[in-house]
This record gives sequence, C-alpha cells and structure tokens, in this order.
Amino acid sequence: MSVVSGLTVSERHLALFVLGLLALAGLAMAVGGRGDPLAVHGFIILAVSLGLGFFVMSALFAPEPPASRLAEYYDDPIRVGIVLSLAWAVVGMFVGVWVAALLAWPELTFVDSAWASFGRLRPVHTSGVIFGFGGNALIATSLHVLQRTCRARLPDQFSPWFVLIGYNLFCIVAASGYLIGLTQSKEYAEPEWYADIWLVIVWVVYFLIYLRTLQRRKEPHIYVANWYYMAFILVVAVLHIVNNLAVPVSFGHAKSYSLFSGVQDAMTQWWYGHNAVAFFLTAGFLGMMYYYLPKRAERPIFSYRLSIISFWGITFMYMWAGAHHLHYTALPQWVQTLGMTFSIVLLVPSWASAGNALATLNGAWDRVRTDATLRFMMVAAVFYGLSTFEGSFMAIRAVNSLSHYTDWTVGHVHAGALGWVAMITFGSLYALVPWMWKQERMYSPKLIEVHFWLALAGTIVYVFAMWNSGIIQGLMWRTYNDSGTLAYSFIDSLVAMHPYYIARAFGGLLFLSGAVVCSYNVWMTIRMARIGRAAGAGTDVPLHGEADAVQAGE
Amino acid sequence: MATERQDPVTGKGTTGHEWNGIEELETPVPRVVLFFLAATTLFAVVYWLLMPAWPIGVTYTKGLLGIDQREIVTQQVEDAAAARAVWTGRVAEADFAEIASDETLMRHVRDTGRTLFIDNCAVCHGTRGTGGPGFPDLAANAWLWGGDPETIAETIRVGINSTSDETRVSQMMAFGRDGVLDEGQVRSAAAYVRSLSGLPLNEADRARIEDGAQVFAENCAACHGEDATGSTDVGAPDLTDAAWIYGSDAQTVFSSVYSGRQGHMPHWEGRLSPVDIKILTLYVGTIGGDGQ
Repeated sequence: MSVVSGLTVSERHLALFVLGLLALAGLAMAVGGRGDPLAVHGFIILAVSLGLGFFVMSALFAPEPPASRLAEYYDDPIRVGIVLSLAWAVVGMFVGVWVAALLAWPELTFVDSAWASFGRLRPVHTSGVIFGFGGNALIATSLHVLQRTCRARLPDQFSPWFVLIGYNLFCIVAASGYLIGLTQSKEYAEPEWYADIWLVIVWVVYFLIYLRTLQRRKEPHIYVANWYYMAFILVVAVLHIVNNLAVPVSFGHAKSYSLFSGVQDAMTQWWYGHNAVAFFLTAGFLGMMYYYLPKRAERPIFSYRLSIISFWGITFMYMWAGAHHLHYTALPQWVQTLGMTFSIVLLVPSWASAGNALATLNGAWDRVRTDATLRFMMVAAVFYGLSTFEGSFMAIRAVNSLSHYTDWTVGHVHAGALGWVAMITFGSLYALVPWMWKQERMYSPKLIEVHFWLALAGTIVYVFAMWNSGIIQGLMWRTYNDSGTLAYSFIDSLVAMHPYYIARAFGGLLFLSGAVVCSYNVWMTIRMARIGRAAGAGTDVPLHGEADAVQAGE
Repeated sequence: MATERQDPVTGKGTTGHEWNGIEELETPVPRVVLFFLAATTLFAVVYWLLMPAWPIGVTYTKGLLGIDQREIVTQQVEDAAAARAVWTGRVAEADFAEIASDETLMRHVRDTGRTLFIDNCAVCHGTRGTGGPGFPDLAANAWLWGGDPETIAETIRVGINSTSDETRVSQMMAFGRDGVLDEGQVRSAAAYVRSLSGLPLNEADRARIEDGAQVFAENCAACHGEDATGSTDVGAPDLTDAAWIYGSDAQTVFSSVYSGRQGHMPHWEGRLSPVDIKILTLYVGTIGGDGQ
C-alpha cells in the first residue's frame, strides 16, 4: 500500500489543502521577493509543494484504508525519516570533509564562485549533520519510541508527515540559503526569519503529536526516553523562538535584523547555542539511548532513580551554562561565574547518565563484544562521558583562556558529535531498521562491524588531531618573548596547524566512509524486505492479541 | 504487567513497570553520585561567595575577594607596557643610527619587528618580505621612495596612494590605452626597457631598441630619468636593476607600459604606534641582510 493511499480520504484532502497554502506562500515569496534571494526560496517552496501535491493527487481517489491499520503502529513516516536522515548524513559529512580539506589546502577551491567558499559551505556542513542527519534521526526514532512505550498508535496520519516533510523543507531552505549567501550570522541559527517562522509551526505540530499520543497511552507511566524527547522538543522551541526574534527589512526581503545587539545578542546567541547542544544534541539523543540501548542489550535500566536525578539535573543545569562561551569578554563577570559554576555541577548528572547507560550493560558485556550495534551504543555512552567531562573542564575560566577560539573547541564538539551523537544514532538505526522493515537482522552484520571501526578510528584521529592543534594554537597565541612581544605571529600558528588539519580531514574521511557503508547496508536491508515481503510480520503491535488496539484518531 | 520481579543477573528488584520489554531496576542512587553532587555544589557556593556572582536588582554580589576582570586586565596591560618600556622607551628617544649600533636594543627590535611584520605586512610582502607580483621585494635593496630609515618610516606612516591626506602619490600613465603611444611604440619602449637590465630579447625586439630609446627619452624619462635609474621623488622605479615589481617578461612589461600602474600601500599611522613604525623600519632594514 502506498504512503498516500494509506492516508484516509479526509487526510488526503487536508494534505492537499495544506500543500495548496504552502504553494501560495511560495508564490507570494517568489513574486514579492523579486530581485531578492527570497524569490529563490519562494520558487523552491512552490516547486516542493506542487510536486508533493501531484504525488498526493496520484492516489487521491484510492479507497479508504482498511480499519485494521488502527491495530498497528503507524511507521511509514519513521521509515522515510530514517532514509532522509542517512541521506543528510552523507551530504553533511561530505561537505564536512570538503571544508576540512579547504582548511588544509586552501587552494583546493576548484570552483571559483562564491557558493564554493569556506564561509558558505561550513554552515551547510553543520546544519546538514546537526539538523539534517541528527534532526531526522530524532524525529524518526522519537515517533517509534513514543508509540512503543505508550503502546498507542500516533493520533493521526497527517501530522507526522507534516512534521517530517516540513522539517526537511526547513533544512533545504536553510542549506540552499547558505549557498546563495543568506545567513543571520548566528551560529547554528543561520536561517532567516521566514524559515524560522516555518520551523516554529512544524515544531508546534511535533510537540502536539507527542502530547496527543501520550494522552492515548496504554501504559500507566511515561517512560524516561519520552521525558528526554519532550524536553528536547519543548526547549528547542523556546530557544529557537527567542534567539531568532528579528525584524525583516520588509516582507519582500530575506534579510532581517536581530532584536538583540551587543553583549545581549552574544549572550542570547550562546544561551541558544549551548542549549542547542544540551537539548538537541544531548537530551534528544539520551531519549534515543534510553530506548535502544536496553532494548538491544535486553537488560533493564540500571537505576530508575539515577534516571530521574540525571534528567532534572541536566535540564535545570544546562540552562545556565551558555555564558561559559563568553569568558573574558564584555559579558559581565558575574554572568561568567554563573555559567562556569553551573557547568561544573552539570558534570555530575551527565556522568550519572553515562554511568546509567554503561551499568545497564552489566550482564550483556559479552554481547557488546560480538554485536557491533550494541558496541556503537556503548562507545557512544563512553564518548558522552568523555565530552561532558571535557565540556565542564573547558568551562572553567582559566582553562577556557587557553582553549577558547582554538581547535580544541572544534575537537570537543566533534568528540560529542561524532563519538556520542552519531554513534548512538548509528547504533539505534541498526537496531531500528530491521524492526521497521520486518527483517531478522541487517543485510550485513559484517558491514556494521566495518562501519564501527571506521567510525571509531575516524573519531579518534579527528579528536586527537584537534586536541594537538588546539593546545599548540592556544600556547602559541599566549607565548611572549623576553621583549614582551608575542613570540609567534598568527601565520606561524597557522603553519604549525597544517599537519593536524590534514589528519583531521583524513579522520573525517574515515567517518564519512563509515556513513556511506551504513547507507549501503540500510539500502540493501530495504531491498531484502522488498524481495521477501512475506517474511513474518512479527508481534510488534500495540496490544497483545486484542483487536481494537488503539482508539481511532478520527 | 506492573509486577515487580527480581533481575536474575544483578539480583535487584525492578520497579514493576515495563515498556515494550524495557524494565528498570530499583537501584538506589549510588553514593558517589550524591557525593560529587554535594561536592560540586559546595564548590559552586564557595566560588559564588568569593567572586562576582548573583544579580541583585541593578547591581550584583561583588564577592569577598573583590576581584574584577576589567581591573585585572587593565592592570596587566599597564604592567606589560611598563616592562616593555625598558627598551621601547629607548627606541622612542634614540635615532635610527643609535638604535642600529646598540646590539641589545636591536635584538628586541628584531624579535618584535618580526611579529609586527608578519602580522601586518606579510599579507602583501610575504613572511620573508620578498614580495610577489605587484608587491615589492623589500630584500632587493631597490627602494621606490628611498631606503634610508627616515624615508622608510615615512612610507610606512603615510602609505602610497593611500587614504591618508599626506599619502605618497605615484601613478604611471596608461600610455597605450590612453592613446599617448601607439602599440608599436609601446612595444619598442618595452623592448628598450628590458634591454637596459640585460634581459634576453628576441630578434624583433632587438630591432626595436633604437626606436624604443627614442620613445623612452620623450615619454618615460620625465619620471624614470634620462638614464632610467628612476626617481625617489615620484616613486618611479629604477629600470636598470634586476628588481621587477610586476614581472620582467615581455608581456608584463608591455602591459605595464600599455595600461599603466598604480600600486597601493595602506598608511599605518593611527594603526601602529610611532614606536612600532620605528621598529618595523629597522626590521625592514634587516631583511635581506643578516636578518635573514
């Protein structure tokens, strides 16, 4: 059954209506933004909504889907989300290797045009991996975890598609905008006002799916993974709205000006930036870990109580930590003090989470050795512990005076992003994909093993290169000779970085290769499912043997 | 399904809840977690007492140590300046000849000059000061405006064709493009100029030398001088030496004559202190000499 004919007739009508509105919005942007980059985005939105409109119309008159679907979970958007996530992973990491190579060999700019410059490609990398790869993985896994741990089907079939497609439209507008030179110049919040408004709408619908499904849950308690996913959705909404408050030049222009300026702007940005790390890259992925790790290990969570204090510790403490990005700046010192001290206390709940994950593996360590999927998750928990320690350490003012503005920060981010976020995602996807496509296992366990070692080697090479580079940089920038002059010029430090930049590009290449191997493996698993469709539609249904499993959403 | 049971591996009880097969153990929070939570919180509280920490209305708690980062950095900058003043003071007072003859002072000048040069000048002149196409080689001892320290310092101060009111101004006309000379004359002038520094000429160009000398005398000598050794009054380069700013091949010299040249050097007054300019001047003097 195709995706569209799986929607009810009224959902198809709703889809067409919403796509119609979107097409009109795109048209308005294309016309109103003539002569401005806004028009390019108008045309992209118009084309996407028209294309999807035709797709919906192709099965508009198909009969109503059978009521028996309500006795099953709604997994179609999850499957598409997984594929989109991996597509973004390959694109985002490829651009990452590209910009890493540009840093090592600046003359590599083989296309002499603005879009191919480092400044425009770099946010395509960061947004591509964080929002494209990470975000899609979070949406897909959250919808899976939500249904399983609530034993309830999603409340309707339209809104998950709205969220998934709407979110990817945001990602496309963001990435294409960077290439044509659109940016708010706020790190990780580069997209302009219209993309930001669109994301707010998508995000509210996402949160509502969560609330509505939780309301329909058949379990008396809400599982810890859902607390984390909800914290992720709720806080990212708050961060996104506040940091992106801006006044557009006009409704016909892509450009806008932030409501904040000076040190308030910097503080708002890093309150956003650090909590994006906290609630997008940490809370969301902890939700992932709390479901897929115990599930794969077939072990109970080590400690429920530890989960509770970690959750509240992390959500409360992170909110204060952003100021540690602005040590020794115009930011008043008392704000820096608060940022630093809360960052230090934050280490305890962070390590408690990592410890809870690792202790959950007690009784399953033999499986960690043989099962690369579980090993991905284990290594992710270790890197989570490492990078949260490093984060608290770097938040100390004295340490920060050495590490700030150097590659150490870049290394720290990648220890978290490659070692923790990507590893837990790959582990979870390797567990999830066979369930979603009703297979016994992935197409090739051997390729998972290959991927694991590529990912681990890539991460280690990357992180060590940046540690070395960052600390050398930091030392060179603060060394005075006995004339009282800085001993090294900036170019001297740049020359010293060169070997590490080459090593970094190589580490990134290893990691990218792993992602490509993963995509191939997933693709072949999907093909396996296509070929042997008949193979056991297991017992993965909401209620054990009861017919009217789920309240009808409509 | 809400039944508590014993986990056979750890012997601990579960909470009795189960979500799609996932259970949780009733393990109490490990003591070490509580200990570190207390320890880090204690550290935070002590730090808050000692340092500026909490906002209260329009002010904030100043902390018992009375530490203020602005005062600290101001003090550090003052101390550093005072420590440097030991030798920068002498650089400021002494004239170039005195400084150059003082080996201790020159060591400071070389150390500091190198950093100043690479951070400010190397973008155009190269880290070794040897220039590149369009940017003069400072080691070639071929000075457009004069190579004595006072003149170099002045060039750094006001720049060339810069936005300073006192800038040095220099422009070579576009003899070909603006129709002063026809293409053949430009070619002849280029051939003549290249012959002056003994560059290899092809047959055709050799035949043009005589004509070129004529063109040169009528059009170029006003700035570059009768003998083509240039003039530091107008920044006209010596055409008889081996130094070439834009290149010595026939095509480049033709282009120079045809389209003219107007190089730019920013003025550094206001961006660098007079002492820094003095240090740079002395450093530039060492490039190509023992300084290399």
